[in-house]
Amino acid sequence: MKLGSPFAWLALLVLCVATVAAVAAGADPKTLDYRLAARALAPGVWVVEGTNADFSPANGCNIINTGFVATGAGVVVVNTGPSRRYGEQLRALIAKTTAEPVVQVLHLNLHPDHFLGNQAFADVPRRATAETRAGIAREAAAYETNLFRLCGDWMKGTETLPPNEDLAPGRFTVGAREFELLAFDGHTASDLVLVDRTSGVVFAGGLVFAQRVPTTPHADVARWLASLERLQALPLGTVVPSHGPVHRGNEGAAATRRYLQWLDRQFADWASGGWDMAEVLKGPVPAEFRAWAAFDTEYLRNVAHLYPRYERSALPAAR
Amino acid sequence: MRRRSLLILSSLAPLGPAFAADDDFDGDPFQSGVWIDMRRQVLGGAKVVYDPRVVVEGPAFAEDPLNVPVSVRVDPAVGAVERISVLVDRNPIRRVPDYEPLAALPVIGFRFKLEQASPVRAAVLTKVGRWHVGGTWIDSAGGGCTVSGATRADGSWSQTLGQVSGRVFDRGAQGTRVRLRVMHPMDTGLVNGVPAFYVNRLSVLDGTGRELARVQSFEPVSENPVFSFDFPQPPEGGVRLVGTDNNGNRIAGRVP
Repeated sequence: MKLGSPFAWLALLVLCVATVAAVAAGADPKTLDYRLAARALAPGVWVVEGTNADFSPANGCNIINTGFVATGAGVVVVNTGPSRRYGEQLRALIAKTTAEPVVQVLHLNLHPDHFLGNQAFADVPRRATAETRAGIAREAAAYETNLFRLCGDWMKGTETLPPNEDLAPGRFTVGAREFELLAFDGHTASDLVLVDRTSGVVFAGGLVFAQRVPTTPHADVARWLASLERLQALPLGTVVPSHGPVHRGNEGAAATRRYLQWLDRQFADWASGGWDMAEVLKGPVPAEFRAWAAFDTEYLRNVAHLYPRYERSALPAAR
Repeated sequence: MRRRSLLILSSLAPLGPAFAADDDFDGDPFQSGVWIDMRRQVLGGAKVVYDPRVVVEGPAFAEDPLNVPVSVRVDPAVGAVERISVLVDRNPIRRVPDYEPLAALPVIGFRFKLEQASPVRAAVLTKVGRWHVGGTWIDSAGGGCTVSGATRADGSWSQTLGQVSGRVFDRGAQGTRVRLRVMHPMDTGLVNGVPAFYVNRLSVLDGTGRELARVQSFEPVSENPVFSFDFPQPPEGGVRLVGTDNNGNRIAGRVP
């Protein structure tokens, strides 16, 4: 390639831009490198941000935000990601970021990208509520099957290593930091929110989705809305949702609430209008929600999970 | 040779109903080898027209392969409809329901079990004896037909067997919709130790006893099936559902 020709320069420029874009875009399927990066939200508090999208081999199925906090007496890890490989790369990232050793792992709910990285944390307590532990025991096999199918080689060697310690809501101290675990439900039967009282950073878990359509396989809409109302009454600093951009204050919780309220009213409306599920799939959805990440897949899933309940209420028993 | 025929076929598509072209799949837009046999077995080897006016709608993928929603709608320009057969190429049991609209519109909605990613087709027999076929592709992780439904798995099916729920909805310009649910495990017979046990006949009657719509239903219809029917006018004197399952159990209910 003669660099003298304009075409060659253009090709080189495109290559450079593509490389930069690839690095910025995250996971590299060719090397199975998630290219995890730790972003400090406050001194000693880091978030590791996933892509705001659907599970896909192109993004390594890394669509979750995990995090870790250095306490002076060791690192507390919040969720371990969707695969063994992610867990290993997260552990390496933590070691690069802080000299403190990992001392415990917290799982905020039962979903697969909260715990499938646990094999890299086999040497420390892995803590979750009793409800979440039971849920993981029940559903881990199905999660593994699904993620192996969706994510391919990223999942190699991943086997569930379940949480091994019960977690209860309330305050607890590690090193110099006081944490508070708040118990909610609605997204799943047990949704934990972790507050670092020193910095005010809130790991909101699956209760809050930012710029993304909420996932509903275990959802109870009424309870979820009640939880969000309680959450919004608290003073919220920096909020880390399970999926979507980190933000400040109520923004994410308010958006999630808006979506669930729309869904609740609209599905009830359509059910009492006799809409068939196939019609609901094609029903009009407000532009705000259509613009969110993963809309096409997630809305389809919301309908499959939730519409039958509204339907059942709209069909009275025959005589 | 085949590729050129397909090019001809696709260039004809905007002009209206597709024509059966002289290629390995005889014009089948899904190019399904299995469909060649199905046409012989289910449609008696009759010639078919692949007709975009037979609209089959479903999700892009089956989030729950035990409950995949589908709706079939036939454009009135196709002509008076005798029967609509919904067929799934890659299911172990390929017939889902056969629907005779009688006094109803040629429109039906229901949920079914999908075993793997497959074309889902509606074969429409008009009263003048022509077959018009439409379809859609639904992707799936698999296993819909070979896993037990919830009420079989938890044993609660016997407490609710045969219970009917339903309602008549006035949808204005879209006519009158009747939605009916029957509680039934709809066992496919493909789960080890569980024999096939499914609703096989349903008739929608009006208050005078006149039969408005008839469904011959098969194993792949979902557990506790919900059907949607549309009528040009509200059924006279209300709606009754009568039916049977393959064990001879009677199903009956008057919709309030």
